[in-house]
Amino acid sequence: MAEPEVTAGERAVEAAERRVVEIDSHAINFGPQHPAAHGVLRLVLEMDGEVVERADPHVGLLHRGTEKLIEYKSYMQALPYFDRLDYVSPMCEEHAFALATEKLLGIEVPARAKWIRTLFAEITRVLNHLLNITTYGLDVGAITPVMWGFEEREKLLEFHEAASGARLHANYFRPGGVAKDLPAGLEERIADWAETFPKLVDDLQTLLTGNRIWKQRTVDIGAIGPEDALAWGFSGPCLRASGVPWDLRRSQPYDMYDQVEFEVPVGRNGDCYDRYLVRMEEMRQSARIVKQCLARMQPGPVKVQDNKIAPPPRAEMKRSMESLIHHFKLYTEGYHVPAGATYTVVESPKGEFGVYLVADGSNRPYRCKIRPTGFAHLQAIEVLSKRHMLADAVAIIGSLDLVFGEVDR
Amino acid sequence: MTEFLATPIGTLILLVLETLAILVPLLVFVAYATWAERKVLAAMHLRKGPNVVGLFGLLQPFADALKMLMKETIIPTGANRALFLLAPVITFVLAMIAWAVVPVNDGWAVAKINVGVLYLFAISSLGVYGVIIAGWASNSKYAFLGAMRSAAQMVSYEVSIGFVMVSVLLCVGSLNLNDIVLAQRHVWFALPLFPMFLVFFISGLAETNRSPFDLPEGESEIVAGFFVEYSSLAFGLFFLGEYANMFLMSAMTTILFLGGWLAPFGVEPFTWLPGPIWFLLKVFACMFVFIWVRGTLPRYRYDQLMRLGWKVFLPLSLFWLVLTAGVLMATGWVPRT
Repeated sequence: MAEPEVTAGERAVEAAERRVVEIDSHAINFGPQHPAAHGVLRLVLEMDGEVVERADPHVGLLHRGTEKLIEYKSYMQALPYFDRLDYVSPMCEEHAFALATEKLLGIEVPARAKWIRTLFAEITRVLNHLLNITTYGLDVGAITPVMWGFEEREKLLEFHEAASGARLHANYFRPGGVAKDLPAGLEERIADWAETFPKLVDDLQTLLTGNRIWKQRTVDIGAIGPEDALAWGFSGPCLRASGVPWDLRRSQPYDMYDQVEFEVPVGRNGDCYDRYLVRMEEMRQSARIVKQCLARMQPGPVKVQDNKIAPPPRAEMKRSMESLIHHFKLYTEGYHVPAGATYTVVESPKGEFGVYLVADGSNRPYRCKIRPTGFAHLQAIEVLSKRHMLADAVAIIGSLDLVFGEVDR
Repeated sequence: MTEFLATPIGTLILLVLETLAILVPLLVFVAYATWAERKVLAAMHLRKGPNVVGLFGLLQPFADALKMLMKETIIPTGANRALFLLAPVITFVLAMIAWAVVPVNDGWAVAKINVGVLYLFAISSLGVYGVIIAGWASNSKYAFLGAMRSAAQMVSYEVSIGFVMVSVLLCVGSLNLNDIVLAQRHVWFALPLFPMFLVFFISGLAETNRSPFDLPEGESEIVAGFFVEYSSLAFGLFFLGEYANMFLMSAMTTILFLGGWLAPFGVEPFTWLPGPIWFLLKVFACMFVFIWVRGTLPRYRYDQLMRLGWKVFLPLSLFWLVLTAGVLMATGWVPRT
């Protein structure tokens, strides 16, 4: 039996039916100039409608060559670069470098300096968490927390200013102690603040924690389990939100963290909501640590009594030739650090912030490798936001607490 | 005088005057709504808000308007010029012409038509065209996403708004806005139809693209959504249109549920204030809630918004519609005209 003849028209219809239509996903350039990009994040999103198919973060737009620059600076000159890494929590970054240098120098810091450092590290933690939580809220559309939070940050930045003379780039923690003692009256002001601060956390909680829309937007969004979080190099609140009770202040205490009582909040689901809750609780714990620091602080020296490392008092320079020479040598040549290497970490508000410092016996670091916290979190954006919607990607970026000064260095 | 008004020219002059009597106060209110929003939000945020231009910043809206007029209208290279410029005009004009039927007092409306509710519904539905055209003509991905969101959102919530309106109409037996208000002499519909009142108001938030449904212009996601490419007066028209729409939604809520110009309870101390003042007070109260919600709530996600519209509001309003009709039939309260 002969095959029925196929007409040209039928063939065309068949071809049309069989034609595979490929709908390309469209790419969106999210940032670097985007209100939710938190600085200079450039995220190339491949979208299927509103759904993120692939998120490709680009780094380097804020690269300033910090690590290389530090190799050409004396240890004292290198310190201010750390303020400019994570400019939201400047003192904690200084802390890492100061501790690393002290370890190589083999010096012990006076107790009061340790208390002051612990105090300001916690104030910085509150500064950082307030900024993160409120701007994260802003990304999700809540416009009020950011104003309340910044009101409070203003008070904290005034403490920074009172102690160091600068609101942001403090340059306050130095190898060997802190730059200068707290001015008169500051301790009382900080104590007053620590009393009233939990009230603000309560207020923020009424706006966000129980809010149905907030929960719908954050619960089960960007969830990551403990194994994955560790594998991606998470640390800090992001890791604790996944249920890993890892806090460097507890596991390898530095300065006075072994003397204060605090709890390490741990999440369960590792989603955006848990990351938010962990930070909220950490702020309360920080206020607790601040109170303990203030209660136990005793008058005393705030830097090592070795004028080869810490500058002598100004008044003494007018009288003592030796002090003048020490001052001159310190501010021109700096101090020589014995050859050696150290990897020193602190629990910065964002997580594990490390400095790998190699000294060759000269007055400048041979190498200073900085382990940024946000870099590890940034690389997980692809995993976290895959198959989520565009609005979720924004919430995820907010919950990871990225600061590009630190990621790009 | 009366004979002159009867001539075609006289009628025309009268119409123009009536229109101006609605539009000029409306534009002034819209200008001050921007000021009020900034002041109210500022109070919620523990800040001062505009306070430099004029006393309490009262001249700020005029300073803003002047600034907008001075700016250059930037038309993106890839944009469709005609449509790009047409879109804000559509939005603005639609927001204005809806006011033709809104009665501010007994019989005080420019057009006293018998299908006032249908007219309002039609005009507010057409509003989506301005947004879609703007998003498409801008030839930008963010604007396009915003337009898509807006289209889906407005269409979804109009369905429930329609059902809410029908249940009010069942209780009144008329489509005339004047009659709807007069039917609330004894009790405002907000009380017996309370769930419908909430559904209507929340859908109104969605219909006007206001927080927490401000997805089409969600700043942190798609920057400014459909009007991301607009500048100068073209942007200003969108802005004015949005606020005029908020006023319109507040006025519709007032008319359908809050007794329009009627004083509460219709008793002595309240009735001393004239009707239009009551109307305005109620509209301002609704506007305040619009701003309050914006200061309090985060933004919904696109799919959550759709779910709320189709899976919660639609069944709820449908159920209440049937219930209202059933109660009216069972009790014999069906209005006869």
